[in-house]
Amino acid sequence: MLKGKNIPLAITFTVGLIMIVSFFIPHRPFGDIEQISLKWYSIIAGFTMLLGVDSLLGLHFRKVKRKEENWIHSIVLIAGFVMVVIAGVWGTIQYGSAFDERSFFTYIYNYFIVPLQSTMFSLLAFFVASAAYRAFRARNVDAALLLITAIIVMLGRVPVGELISPYLPKFTDWIMEVPQMAAKRGIGLGIYLGALGVSIRIILGIERSYLS
Amino acid sequence: MKIFEKLSHIDRRFIYILIAIVVIVPLLLKPKLPIVPTKPVKDIYDYVENLPQGSNILISIDYDAASMPEQQPFLEALLRQCFRNKLKPIMIVQWQLGAPLGTTGLEKIAKECNAQYGVDYINLGYRPGYVAQMVGIGREIRDYFAVDYKNVSIDSFPIMRNIHNYNDFALLVGLEAGATYLLWVEYAGGRFKQKIALALNAVSAPDAYYFYQSKQIIGLVGGMKGAAEYEVLENKPDLAVAGMASQSYSHILIILFIVLGNITYFVEKSRKKKEGGR
Amino acid sequence: MATTIGIWIAAGLTLFIYSFLYKDNPFYKFAEHLYVGITAGYWLIYTWAYTIQPMLLDPIIKNKEFILIIPAFFGVIMLTRWFPSISWLSRWSIAFTVGIGAGLGVTGSIQGFILPQLKSTILPLTGLNFATFNNLLIIFGVFTTLVYFYFSREHKGLLGHTAKVGMTFIMIAFGASFGYTVMARISLLIGRIYFLMFDWIGMMFGK
Repeated sequence: MLKGKNIPLAITFTVGLIMIVSFFIPHRPFGDIEQISLKWYSIIAGFTMLLGVDSLLGLHFRKVKRKEENWIHSIVLIAGFVMVVIAGVWGTIQYGSAFDERSFFTYIYNYFIVPLQSTMFSLLAFFVASAAYRAFRARNVDAALLLITAIIVMLGRVPVGELISPYLPKFTDWIMEVPQMAAKRGIGLGIYLGALGVSIRIILGIERSYLS
Repeated sequence: MKIFEKLSHIDRRFIYILIAIVVIVPLLLKPKLPIVPTKPVKDIYDYVENLPQGSNILISIDYDAASMPEQQPFLEALLRQCFRNKLKPIMIVQWQLGAPLGTTGLEKIAKECNAQYGVDYINLGYRPGYVAQMVGIGREIRDYFAVDYKNVSIDSFPIMRNIHNYNDFALLVGLEAGATYLLWVEYAGGRFKQKIALALNAVSAPDAYYFYQSKQIIGLVGGMKGAAEYEVLENKPDLAVAGMASQSYSHILIILFIVLGNITYFVEKSRKKKEGGR
Repeated sequence: MATTIGIWIAAGLTLFIYSFLYKDNPFYKFAEHLYVGITAGYWLIYTWAYTIQPMLLDPIIKNKEFILIIPAFFGVIMLTRWFPSISWLSRWSIAFTVGIGAGLGVTGSIQGFILPQLKSTILPLTGLNFATFNNLLIIFGVFTTLVYFYFSREHKGLLGHTAKVGMTFIMIAFGASFGYTVMARISLLIGRIYFLMFDWIGMMFGK
């Protein structure tokens, strides 16, 4: 009984319905119930971060234990984790909060996380340049249209476009605000109508894949 | 036609070097290029400029280091404008890994403008829950942010005395790297009629134009270029303006790659066709 | 001094990652794994400092809000996924969060997206001018794009022609997105190179 899907389905239905009812009747008691449920949601959502941390560490501890290929890298990963956690605890003891600007925790953020994360993503600049040369081909009319729009936008959105012709940025504005916008809105409406359907199916218990 | 055959097998590392060069050289030579503010950016600037003194502005840090060069310059320009006009920024964070970036920007500009923590501005830090939090702030911000980013009760700061929900914010500015902006527009905007301005990564900026046309947002700043426009409007060119020459020449180089790649493709295609016909 | 060391570390890590452009190598692997490990550590401290402490522990201990034991329970049972024999309990927490998300999604998507977006598509078509032309284009673009995505039937006849026009609009939109994506990636590179040139090398030359 407890292990089955009935209790979860009942929970989903009840809280889903509370959200909808309190939208239309935001007064007591619905408004209060809604606010409490939302706060609980935030707290529970906070815990989900721990799930990722555990599965990641578990995987790398196993690698080290079994001395699998590249287990040295796993040690680096675990060491990084331990270093940050110690810094966080230390910062809390030292300054009352790990997020104090003077803490070693903040230092690690500034000089480890920032360069690592931003450099990792900046690699994409090189890859996009390489792909521009190798992969972006006007194989048919549609692809040609895509490339021509991309070229106009790339020129019209940077200062050099203004030098080529003051009409180029204006034409880019028009592309962005009229045809581009219309298509994105069409796609957006499609997605939102779909999502609305899924939400209703979830509340009614028709869509249950999230429980498997 | 040997040259085209060679071109089609060029080493990718050669392309990488060229890209690095067109970024580095303009940063060194600093050529001056015209930066003309566009309407969606100017709309935000004018709106903030015309707010009455003492208005509260809710700033949400919804990006992390992966988009720092795009968002950080705008954050700093906006904060300068806020403090210059005696507006009060209240910072919150939806992307946990971005929290220290918000803090760094806020503290830097506050120091520059002699603003006092807890009186002229405040930093409430991160809380989980995205949409739940956005709806919850519609009733009472204390249900989520009872303490600031260093765990000090917000009621101990004068700035928070009369702030409870969206009614107390003249504007919400979201600095966005992903899809979080959709939720702000849907819930803070749709349900609570909060005025919203968005600074989006260039990757997501095109998608938000429909909110600008539907007037669900008052304006939008797209990527580093948008930030550069804001710096120009605020009359304090900084990092984003410095990057615009590199940005321009890199775009030209990439366009050349596309054109050259296509010429090679078509020449090779017609050559193969001819050979096949023989 | 600490800042100088920090900048050297940051510059070193930046170059470790860029070494990948030459080819995959141990320096890159080191930086990559360090990044993942540090990020995981951050999550843990964040969960403590921004969720458990301010939203659970302090209110329960200082304000005696014992009702918060309920979400704490739901949060903890989320972690039962680690133990297969009781992992079914985690479904309760998932059901709670999914229910809230779906409930908010129903009203939010209608009020916050579908209605305002449809309303702004119904544009005036009065007078022969550029504004009317643009309005017509917007109405046409939204409609044909929706047709392209919404009808899973084979695109034939009138439906086919409409979908084809929709495809044209979509290609323009994708082209614009592509242009903007290039812009975004280059901006990130500028940010990193700026750091290397002015913060790191600049520091060495005392600038």
